[in-house]
Amino acid sequence: MALEALLALEDGTTFPCRAFAGSGEVAAEVCFNTAMTGYQEAITDPSYTGQMLAMTYPLIGNYGTNPEDVESAAVRVSAFLVKEYLDFPSNFRSSKSLKEYLDDAGVLGVEGLDTRALTRHLRIRGAMKGVLSTQDQDPASLTQKAKDSPGLLGIDLVKGVTCVQPYRWQEGKVWENLDLSGDFDAEALWAPSQGRYKVACLDCGIKYNILRRLEQRGMKLIVLPADTSPETILRLQPDGLFLSNGPGDPAAVTYVVDTVKELLGQVPTFGICLGHQMIGQALGGNTFKLKFGHRGANQPVMDLATTKVEITSQNHGFCVDAETIDDPAVVMTHVNLNDRTLEGLAHKELPLFCVQYHPEAAPGPHDADYLFDRFQEMMETGKPPV
Amino acid sequence: MPKRKDLNKIMIIGSGPIIISQACEFDYSGTQAVKALKEEGLEVVLVNSNPATIMTDPEMADRTYVEPITPEIVCEVLKAERPDAILPTLGGQTGLNTALQVAETGILERLGIEMIAATSEVIKKAESRELFRQAMENIGLRVPESAICRDIDAVMAAAEVIGFPLVVRPAFTLGGTGGGVAYNRDDLKAIASHGLAASLTTEVMIEESVLGWKEFELEVMRDKKDNVVIICSIENLDPMGVHTGDSITVAPAQTLTDREYQVMRDAAIAIMREIGVETGGSNVQFAVNPADGDLVVIEMNPRVSRSSALASKATGFPIAKMAAKLAIGYTLDELPNDITQETMASFEPTIDYCVVKIPRWAFEKFPGSEDVLTTSMKSVGETMAIGRTFKEALQKGLRGLEIGRAGLLGDGKDPGPDDAELQPENLKKLLTVPNSNRIFWVAQALKQGMSMEEVHRLTAIDPWFLYNIGQIVEFQGELEGLKPWGELKDSLGELDAATMRRAKEMGFSDRQLGHAVGTGEDQVRARRIELGVEHTYKLVDTCAAEFEAYTPYFYSTYETEDESRASDGRKVMILGGGPNRIGQGIEFDYCCVHAAFALKEMGIESIMVNSNPETVSTDYDTSDKLYFEPLTKEDVLNIIASEKPEGLIVQFGGQTPLNLAVPLERAGAPILGTPPDAIDRAEDRDRFCDLLDKLGLRQPDNGTATSVEEAVEIAERIGYPVVVRPSYVLGGRAMEIVYDRQALNHYMATAVQASGDHPILIDKFLEDAVEVDVDAVADSHGGVVVAGVMEHIEQAGVHSGDSACVLPPHTLSEAKIQEIKEASHALATELGVLGLMNVQYAIKDDLLYILEVNPRASRTVPFVSKATGIPWAKVATKVMLGMSLEELGVAGEVVPEHYSVKEAVFPFVRFSGVDPWLGPEMRSTGEVMGIDRDIGLAFAKSQLGASQVLPAAGNVFISVKDGDKAQVVDIASKFHRLGFEIKATAGTHAYLSEHGITSSRIAKVSESRPHVVDAIVNGEIDLVINTAGGKGPVGDAYKIRRSALDRGLAYITTIAAARATVDAVESMLKSDHLTVTPLQDYYQVGD
Repeated sequence: MALEALLALEDGTTFPCRAFAGSGEVAAEVCFNTAMTGYQEAITDPSYTGQMLAMTYPLIGNYGTNPEDVESAAVRVSAFLVKEYLDFPSNFRSSKSLKEYLDDAGVLGVEGLDTRALTRHLRIRGAMKGVLSTQDQDPASLTQKAKDSPGLLGIDLVKGVTCVQPYRWQEGKVWENLDLSGDFDAEALWAPSQGRYKVACLDCGIKYNILRRLEQRGMKLIVLPADTSPETILRLQPDGLFLSNGPGDPAAVTYVVDTVKELLGQVPTFGICLGHQMIGQALGGNTFKLKFGHRGANQPVMDLATTKVEITSQNHGFCVDAETIDDPAVVMTHVNLNDRTLEGLAHKELPLFCVQYHPEAAPGPHDADYLFDRFQEMMETGKPPV
Repeated sequence: MPKRKDLNKIMIIGSGPIIISQACEFDYSGTQAVKALKEEGLEVVLVNSNPATIMTDPEMADRTYVEPITPEIVCEVLKAERPDAILPTLGGQTGLNTALQVAETGILERLGIEMIAATSEVIKKAESRELFRQAMENIGLRVPESAICRDIDAVMAAAEVIGFPLVVRPAFTLGGTGGGVAYNRDDLKAIASHGLAASLTTEVMIEESVLGWKEFELEVMRDKKDNVVIICSIENLDPMGVHTGDSITVAPAQTLTDREYQVMRDAAIAIMREIGVETGGSNVQFAVNPADGDLVVIEMNPRVSRSSALASKATGFPIAKMAAKLAIGYTLDELPNDITQETMASFEPTIDYCVVKIPRWAFEKFPGSEDVLTTSMKSVGETMAIGRTFKEALQKGLRGLEIGRAGLLGDGKDPGPDDAELQPENLKKLLTVPNSNRIFWVAQALKQGMSMEEVHRLTAIDPWFLYNIGQIVEFQGELEGLKPWGELKDSLGELDAATMRRAKEMGFSDRQLGHAVGTGEDQVRARRIELGVEHTYKLVDTCAAEFEAYTPYFYSTYETEDESRASDGRKVMILGGGPNRIGQGIEFDYCCVHAAFALKEMGIESIMVNSNPETVSTDYDTSDKLYFEPLTKEDVLNIIASEKPEGLIVQFGGQTPLNLAVPLERAGAPILGTPPDAIDRAEDRDRFCDLLDKLGLRQPDNGTATSVEEAVEIAERIGYPVVVRPSYVLGGRAMEIVYDRQALNHYMATAVQASGDHPILIDKFLEDAVEVDVDAVADSHGGVVVAGVMEHIEQAGVHSGDSACVLPPHTLSEAKIQEIKEASHALATELGVLGLMNVQYAIKDDLLYILEVNPRASRTVPFVSKATGIPWAKVATKVMLGMSLEELGVAGEVVPEHYSVKEAVFPFVRFSGVDPWLGPEMRSTGEVMGIDRDIGLAFAKSQLGASQVLPAAGNVFISVKDGDKAQVVDIASKFHRLGFEIKATAGTHAYLSEHGITSSRIAKVSESRPHVVDAIVNGEIDLVINTAGGKGPVGDAYKIRRSALDRGLAYITTIAAARATVDAVESMLKSDHLTVTPLQDYYQVGD
């Protein structure tokens, strides 16, 4: 018989469930994702660090897991919550069941949870902290633990997921680690990579598919730890700077904001998700926490230049407040059609743009893939994107 | 881009009669579209020959032409109305093909009319196999290897290249008519010749077989700005080889990783763009090789479809409504999502449940047809179920199918271990060759211990589905372990809360649980509630709860949170008809929809319960609340428990809710209208006899038999021929006319199982009697009004649902009509009818007989409403809630000044080897209406609407049975006078000669060649009149009818219809073309 488990939220609401993978107790922010496919990409997405993830689609495990559909080297969610786990993968690429995958990673997976009730609760009450346990079944005690848990606000989660060492991304994988600690010859560093443009990627928890999409466009990629100094970046003489997605409260990652500020206008820059929030702050804006975030693969975003709508993949709990950016040279390029929040920024004078959502998809639609072309164009011309 | 300012008047073409592959989903789509366009202030012109549709209600469109959907008629309407544009994508394949044919006449350019949403070029590109193939190559997508052939030699040559097995697909046909899988050259010859004949362009595609590949569909929408969204993905449980309309399908797709799904999504979007569908919805079908993920495109439909209706119901996203708005210029980001209100339609719905659609077939209606599923669709209806797990949705769907099953297995209906079907060789065949019960055989095979790998090898059903089915089977095995033993009568006490809850999460019904523990469903229900295992309702909201939903569209499941929102106000629940079947289709849904409309007008909350995704009743817009649930006692009682309505309307949805009336009433549910006891009084033979005696009304001699001996005794007493049938059936199931003792014995031995619980009804058959149908409404204030008197064209003996009828009667005397009305009044009053009632009469030798009284809505209610301009189902609803006919202003009878003719439409062409003969068992799938001030023209229009093209000149073949010979003389003489040549077989030829009518003799099939069938095949015959007896696929009569049917020739099988036909031809020749008039104009005249 499966282990009984209990999820308690900080407001005292509890949800009974049972473990299908792992055991133990974990505290984290609780969030939900509305995508109907792509659970493997989701659980390996570093942006979910510090969160336990519930899928709103009730049947999970259907197609197993495989070595290709990973967005980082590890399972990143604190725990994985589903309605029904199907322990019989049916897909020609599947190499391991989801249960084995989570077991290997030591991550707790629970099923039998009324994920719709949980989703409604978070939608109505807003995001909150929770504790999931197979050990402690006492609602009061778990609720207290949830209240006492640190949560996300003001905490820098990037430092836990960024790469320890710089590395070269090549042929779709982490190719080799690089040493930039002392003096280095930029030319020589880039030389082994194939491609036209040299792109330095600041890793705040970068999703592999961003690297795959950039590489497929013919870019040479060196991935750098989040705290890499502006000087080091400039010494690399990159054609472009990419600022990645990542977990947690963007306001707590001040050192990256400082780096971006420093580099503004010096290198054509493209940011995604947390990268967008870094740029937003570097341009003088503030970020705020959304009530329950945007997580899914069906978020409509309008490109304000063309008024065309793209269906986007999203995963963010914080948002840049467009009102707080005074700079008249900064324009809002994309907006979320569901709640009208800011989805994209560009600079009229500097080669700089960023989006809150995920053009690299994985999981999700490919509608926004053109943004990687835009980045390439910007490197080609060195001109502002708008 | 906002609404176009240059469009003020739009024409929509409907899909016509309900046929296999084109059912009420197009009324659902069309109704949404009409409403959407009207909402935008546009004038809407509609052409649709189907009177049973909501879209043809006179208050829906501005100008409603209930006329045949032919290019000629549509051109007439265009000339009369001069719309700015035609919107061709909402009327199924019929609407699309007709629009294309109309465009090809050049009339659109001449009149300056635009084709919006999809142009002729787009339609051709999507529909022509060759052009489509080319288009797919342009965008780097693969379609199965294939060749387009226009004759049989080319077909055989192509087969050499591609290799067997092959799929034959005719171009421009519906639901794959004339298609099939060929495993060898003989197969191929047979299928391809049929396909060439069925294709509008005499074109078939011979295609590489992808049998056993996984089949997927995506529903796509595009707007003018080139925004494209996917509304829903669907995965077929039955792999390639079974038509998607005949497959169990599941939404969303279950076995694709995101990577694979996105490849498919990209492909669908690229296809939309390449084909060039400017705005609206399309459906794209894919096949995926399970071994390596290889993806091929099967087809795309540039229009709304059965799948789009399913996708709309499955997600809550109204595809047809949006398609209509996009067609007039809006873009997706400008249209609000009705359900969430605050978000826009430019998104992709995400669902947090599993949807299963299961088709329903009617093979039992077509003796001689084989229960085998192929690429040609054969199902007549479908049910949809929603659950939080696939297992729950599957079992809910199976009980919602209403075929007597309470779930997948363990409901007392499983075969015994010694049954022939479970013997290994038989079982393997039942798994390998797709058939209507395969899902049950899969469960039985697993139950028998067959390995999942073996079941997969035999069926090619994806292991994921088999795994889920295996879980149900395994759990049912656990339940069996609870069965009572020793002295125990039942083991209900063994069912603990945890087991109950697990059972419910897998969709087990109380009936299945009852069967497991040796008790009834009522006892299980009581214990379940005692244990606190109770149902919850969740919302279908397009967004997986990410936003608040305002539209109360619910499904049941067993979860922790219940989202139902019972209000305090007055509310009434309407029970729908469940999946369509022959005998219970759109007509009943029409009535349910009207009930909801009437309640809205009265300010009473309407709660709709139905499980049929094709219908208007399951549009969340129709009622105040929608429960998408199986129509079983358990599921309905659950809703009653949550909603506590003041009353239930059970008399509109056909036999389904009627069968629930008594059990629901016993369980304390308040039934509105005619009390269930009155229904019993009309159904129960003895009580009915007493009733008629009391009223001094006559019925044919009859009796009720509970054994073969008794049946014979009754038949000999009242004299042959007799009509025999089981009691409590709809649509004349297993009803037959029996002419002698031998035939009776045969019937009793093969067709039915007579018993005390299931008696057999035997009536004297009134030969050559005129049959009359009456619909009436009675109120609770003593008022009764006859809504319509319909005279059948075919004589008594042909099921009323299968015969053509005329309103008002065209041959009956005033006195006889008066007598009929008085009898109807008396019956309604005596039975205490409150609401609708239908009576069937027969007139023989000027005597009036009562054949049947049904105190409920009948199949003819929509026809009568359209003919008279009064919405009788609405009237009946209001009457049931206490209003009087007087108050409603309909106390007086209305006799229209125009004629309305209803004609039935049959699916014989789908069932090769079946005799297209009319009898007491209903076999039509739908109906059309012809309306005109001239009876002949009204009949002609009804024939044209039913695709029976009446010739204006040429050769009429006549062969009648002896009893009809005297009557055929006038008919033949008239055809002769109208310039037709008569061709007759020996007997008829001799008889006609004796009576001075010139005809040329033609050989019977059994005589010599060339014979009549040769002449038919060679196109030398323009009309077939063949009343010669002999049912079944033997003898000349069958061959003649069948060859006429396969050639698409008008054929007539009764003398009465022949008479009506010659009159119609005469009327047509007199007026030089058919004129068109909208319903709205007829009613003005009537006023």
